[in-house]
Amino acid sequence: MNATIKILLVQMKAFITKEFYHVFRDRKSLLLLFGLPIAQILLFGFALTNEIKNTKIAVYDQAGDRASKRLIQRVEASKYFEVAAMLHNPAEIEGHFKSGQARLVLVIPAQFEADLARQQEPTLQIITDGSDPNTANTITNYLNNIIQDFQTDQKGNLQVRPEVRIVPVMRMLYNPQLKGAPNFVPGVMSLVLLLICVMMTSISIVREKELGTMEVLLVSPFEPILVILSKAIPYLVLSLVNLTLILVLSVVLLEMPINGSLLLLFGISTIYIITSLSLGLLISSVTDSQQAAMLLSLMGMMLPTMLFTGFMFPIENMPIPLQVISHVVPARYYYVIVKAIMIKGLGLSAIWKETAILVGMTIFLLVVSWRKFKIRLE
Amino acid sequence: MTNTISIRANGLTKKFGTFVATDHITFEVYAGEIFGFLGANGAGKTTAMRMLCGLLEPTSGEASVAGYDVYREAESIKKNIGYMSQKFSLYEDLTIQENIRFFGGIYGLSYEGIRQKGNQLLADLGLQSKAKALVGDLPLGWKQKLAFSVAVLHDPKIVFLDEPTGGVDPVTRRQFWDLIYQAAARGVTIFVTTHYMDEAEYCDRVSVMVDGRMDALDSPQNLKEQFGVNSIEEVFYRLARGAQRAD
Repeated sequence: MNATIKILLVQMKAFITKEFYHVFRDRKSLLLLFGLPIAQILLFGFALTNEIKNTKIAVYDQAGDRASKRLIQRVEASKYFEVAAMLHNPAEIEGHFKSGQARLVLVIPAQFEADLARQQEPTLQIITDGSDPNTANTITNYLNNIIQDFQTDQKGNLQVRPEVRIVPVMRMLYNPQLKGAPNFVPGVMSLVLLLICVMMTSISIVREKELGTMEVLLVSPFEPILVILSKAIPYLVLSLVNLTLILVLSVVLLEMPINGSLLLLFGISTIYIITSLSLGLLISSVTDSQQAAMLLSLMGMMLPTMLFTGFMFPIENMPIPLQVISHVVPARYYYVIVKAIMIKGLGLSAIWKETAILVGMTIFLLVVSWRKFKIRLE
Repeated sequence: MTNTISIRANGLTKKFGTFVATDHITFEVYAGEIFGFLGANGAGKTTAMRMLCGLLEPTSGEASVAGYDVYREAESIKKNIGYMSQKFSLYEDLTIQENIRFFGGIYGLSYEGIRQKGNQLLADLGLQSKAKALVGDLPLGWKQKLAFSVAVLHDPKIVFLDEPTGGVDPVTRRQFWDLIYQAAARGVTIFVTTHYMDEAEYCDRVSVMVDGRMDALDSPQNLKEQFGVNSIEEVFYRLARGAQRAD
C-alpha cells in the first residue's frame, strides 16, 4: 500500500511539473493568467468606475453672504465637485447646461444666512441635467450629503439652540462614500477566477487531445481521474495566487477593505475555483479544438457572469425569466459571499446558504463532467 | 523470437451500434515478434489496437495481452505495454530531458531509474548534448526516434506503434526500424500498424485487415508465395480490392 502511494506521488509530481512548464512557457497563457486580473482591476478601478468625480457645477449665489460662501467652499472642497462658474442671473443657467459647462446648478436664495439664523429653513435649489438620469441622481445624492453636513455644522456656528427636529438623513451602509470599488472588486474576482479556470483547464485538456498526447496518457498506467486531478491542482494553485494578486491590488490601489476573515474568503474562493475547474472539464469534454474551447469558455462564461452576477446590472430590475436564470450562475452566489465577507465583515453563519448552494453546484458539476469525460474515452 | 505467446485474440469483436468495426479476429503474437498490422483506413486497425491497449472494451470475444485479460486486467496491461500514437506523442514545449522525466514519472519509475534509463536513452540516440533542447526544435525524424525510445523507457513487454512513421523520409524510416529491431532483439514484442508496404516487409509476420476481418496472416514471404506476387503491396491490393468500406 505504501509503495502504491509512493508511485502515485511520483506520477502526480511528474504530471504537475509538466503542467507548470506548459503554463510558464506559453506567453499567451501567462498573459491570460496574470494580465487579465491586473487589466480588469485597473480598468474597473480607474476607467469604468460608476463613481463620479470632479463634476463641473455652476452656482447662482443670490445671497452672497458668509453662510453661502462657506457652503460653496465646502462643495468645492469635496472631490466630487468643481465649481466651474458663478452665475449672476437665472437666464445664464440654461446656457451652462446647453454648452456642457455645468452638469448641475446650485441656486442659493437671497437672505441665506439670515434665514438659517432664524431657523427658517432656507430652500436650496439643485438643478441637474435629467438627460442622463443616473449621473443626475448620483451627483444630487452627493450634493445632498454635503449640504446635510453643512447644515449640521452651521447650527454650531450660529449658536442656534438645537431644537428637536426630525432630520431625514440618508446613509449608505457599508459604503458611505458610495465608492465603486466595494461593488466591482467582488465582481472582478468572480469573473476573473471563473474565466481563467474555465479557459485554462478546458484548453489544456483539449490541447492534449489535439496533440494526441491524451491517448498516450490514457494508455499509461496513470489513472484518468488522476490526469484530471493533476490538471486541476496547478490551476487551483495559480488561481489562488491570482486571487491574492487581485486582493493586494484592490487593497493597495483601490483602498478596498477586507473586514471579514481572510481564511474564510480563501476557503470559499477555493470552492468557487473548483466549481470553475469542473466547468472547464465539462467544456473540454464537449469540444475537440482549442479554439472551440476558448470560444465556448468566453461566450458561455463571460456574458452570463457579467449579466447575472449583479455587479453591473441589478438583478432585482430584470424580467422574471432572467432572474430565474441568474440562480444557476455560480458567480452570483460567490459575489454575494465575497461582498458579505469583505465589506460587511460577516462570518459563515450569515452566508451558509450561498455557500451550501455553491458546494452543491460544485458536486453536481464534478459528477456530470467526470461522467461526460469518461464516456468520451469509450 | 520465442514461442511464448504475448498477445492472444480469439473472436475479438467490437460493434458500435450496428457497425461492426472489428469482426471476430483471431490471432496470436509471440514474444519478441515484430507483428505488422495492415489495413486501409477504416478497416478496424485502430479499434483492434485500442481494445488490446485497454482503452476500449470489446463487445465479444476474448483477448489477453502479456497474459492479462483485456476485460478484467486492463490496469495490469497498461503497466506492461508501451504506446506510440499516429500523432507525434511527446510534448514539444518541454525539453528532451523533461519529456523523459515526465513519461518515466507517470510510468512510476523511481528517480534513480529515470536518471539511469534517461542517460542510456540519450547516449543510444547520441542526443546527450541536446538534453536541454526543446523537443519542438528537433527535426521530425529525431522526434520520432525519441518518441519510440520514450515509449519503451519503462521496459514494456509489448509496444504498440500506431502508424509511427507517418510523414518521415525513407532514410529516417530505415533508422527508425533499426530501433525497432534492437527492441525486438531485447525480447520486446512489437505490434505495429503501417501504411508503408516496404515497412510491412520488415515484419516477422503481417496481418491484413479488410472490413473489420483479418483476411490474411503469415510471414511476408509466405504471403507473397500464397498470392503468387512479388511484393506485399500487391498482396495488400488483392485483398483490399474487395473491401466495402474503402475510402
